[in-house]
Amino acid sequence: MWDWGTFLHYIYSPYLLGGAAISLGISIAAMLIGLVLGLIAALMRMSSRWWIKQPASLYVWLFRGTPVLVQLIIIYTGLPQVGISLGVVASALVGLGANEGAYLAEIIRAGIDSVPKGQFEAARAVGMTWPKTMRVVVFPQAFRIILPPLGNAFNGLMKSSSLASAISMEELLRRTELLVQVKFKVLELFCVAALYYLVLTTLWGFVQSWLEARASRSVPSPFRTAQTATSININSAVLSHDAS
Amino acid sequence: MTHLEQVSPAPTRPIVIEARGIHKSFGALQVLNDVDLVVRRGEVVVIIGPSGSGKSTLLRALNFLDAPDQGQVSINGCPFGFTMRDGKAVAVSDATLSAQRRQIGMVFQQFNLFGHMNVLDNVRSGPVHVLGHRPVDAGVGARRLLALVGLSDKETAYPAALSGGQQQRVAIARALAMEPAAMLFDEPTSALDPETVGEVLNVMLDLAAKGMTMVIVTHEIQFAYRAADRILFMENGRIVEEGCPAAMKESPKHERTRRFLGKLTAGA
Repeated sequence: MWDWGTFLHYIYSPYLLGGAAISLGISIAAMLIGLVLGLIAALMRMSSRWWIKQPASLYVWLFRGTPVLVQLIIIYTGLPQVGISLGVVASALVGLGANEGAYLAEIIRAGIDSVPKGQFEAARAVGMTWPKTMRVVVFPQAFRIILPPLGNAFNGLMKSSSLASAISMEELLRRTELLVQVKFKVLELFCVAALYYLVLTTLWGFVQSWLEARASRSVPSPFRTAQTATSININSAVLSHDAS
Repeated sequence: MTHLEQVSPAPTRPIVIEARGIHKSFGALQVLNDVDLVVRRGEVVVIIGPSGSGKSTLLRALNFLDAPDQGQVSINGCPFGFTMRDGKAVAVSDATLSAQRRQIGMVFQQFNLFGHMNVLDNVRSGPVHVLGHRPVDAGVGARRLLALVGLSDKETAYPAALSGGQQQRVAIARALAMEPAAMLFDEPTSALDPETVGEVLNVMLDLAAKGMTMVIVTHEIQFAYRAADRILFMENGRIVEEGCPAAMKESPKHERTRRFLGKLTAGA
């Protein structure tokens, strides 16, 4: 039987709320780690030198091609066998962060690719170095493109952070499981956990909308010029072909 | 190797751009085949030729946007994009090349204004981000240049809100902000609506009159006759013929030049 009393009681449980806070905390930390790794990997993959490009490609291939749960178990349970003992929290952050980084690398690269080539060339022609070109001209424009998928990635990460419960990370799901073992209220307690996740992702949805609105407000459709120019370019290509 | 007589109205003026033996291939396609180009201070050189003749690539080779496979470029007598080490030409570092590029302004067919910056920030992007000037200080020069290209009222507008001709004038101002020794124009009016071509050409004529050294790739042959000190005709990666506008207009030596000019004039 479903017991509303238990459900409502545990909605205000400081123990579970604390678990939700920990879930949010590791999600934010893993996202930041993922952003750093993803940016580095994305830039490395743009290189023309194989010894810079290949390690990044290997990293993305490895972490996108295996389940994050398996990665977490290998890092926490397997690596001590070769003398690398990370704690629970460190294992969760390394696993979730590295996995996220592999996905974000793809997102960031797609964002950079979406910036018209002419923007790079104009920056170079003005005399900007490669790092300055990226920082001043490319990243600000790529950011607008990658913001929505970045937000979705964080939404996904908040949910997949629950996988850390498998390596006994005491986050929301793990705390719920521990409580279930004592209280035997399986459905009610897991529904409380589900509700917490729902609240977290919903609140993030508001933040994401606000961020996206802010980003698009500052720049009125920067790529419209490029598109119009391209269509005109086709015309002029036809014309100059006639001329020859 | 083709040795072309360098026709120049003022052979005594100092050389700004000197390109020797430029070769460039894209894969199996040879785009530039042993091209020489000398541009003196204050000179306006117009490069014409059919599509695929290598004229844009030559322009882009001059500031190493497309680094030449072979050959040497010098700006004001200094080697550009390479340095001599043990008697061999070695490519310079990104930082050095970027510093050298400040000497040459470039204007693109597609304008390529920075979409996330307003007009004023576009114009002062070089001084601020490359030279490290304070935005306030750089703004003074930028506003002067916007006045020069007739767009003082647009400084807070974003590129997307401007017409093609206005964008191209901003792009010219952006390049001028670095106070370059020479300006390169890569088909600056080819992407423009016919009614805005004139405003861009007028700005360029104005620059030429002020003594700016310019190399211009264009199909606007009437503009070339009017503005150029020298017209180069390129085909198949080579400079086929060059001469002063009057000579090119009245009596081109080569049949190909004659036919090409005939078509351009008929189309205009």
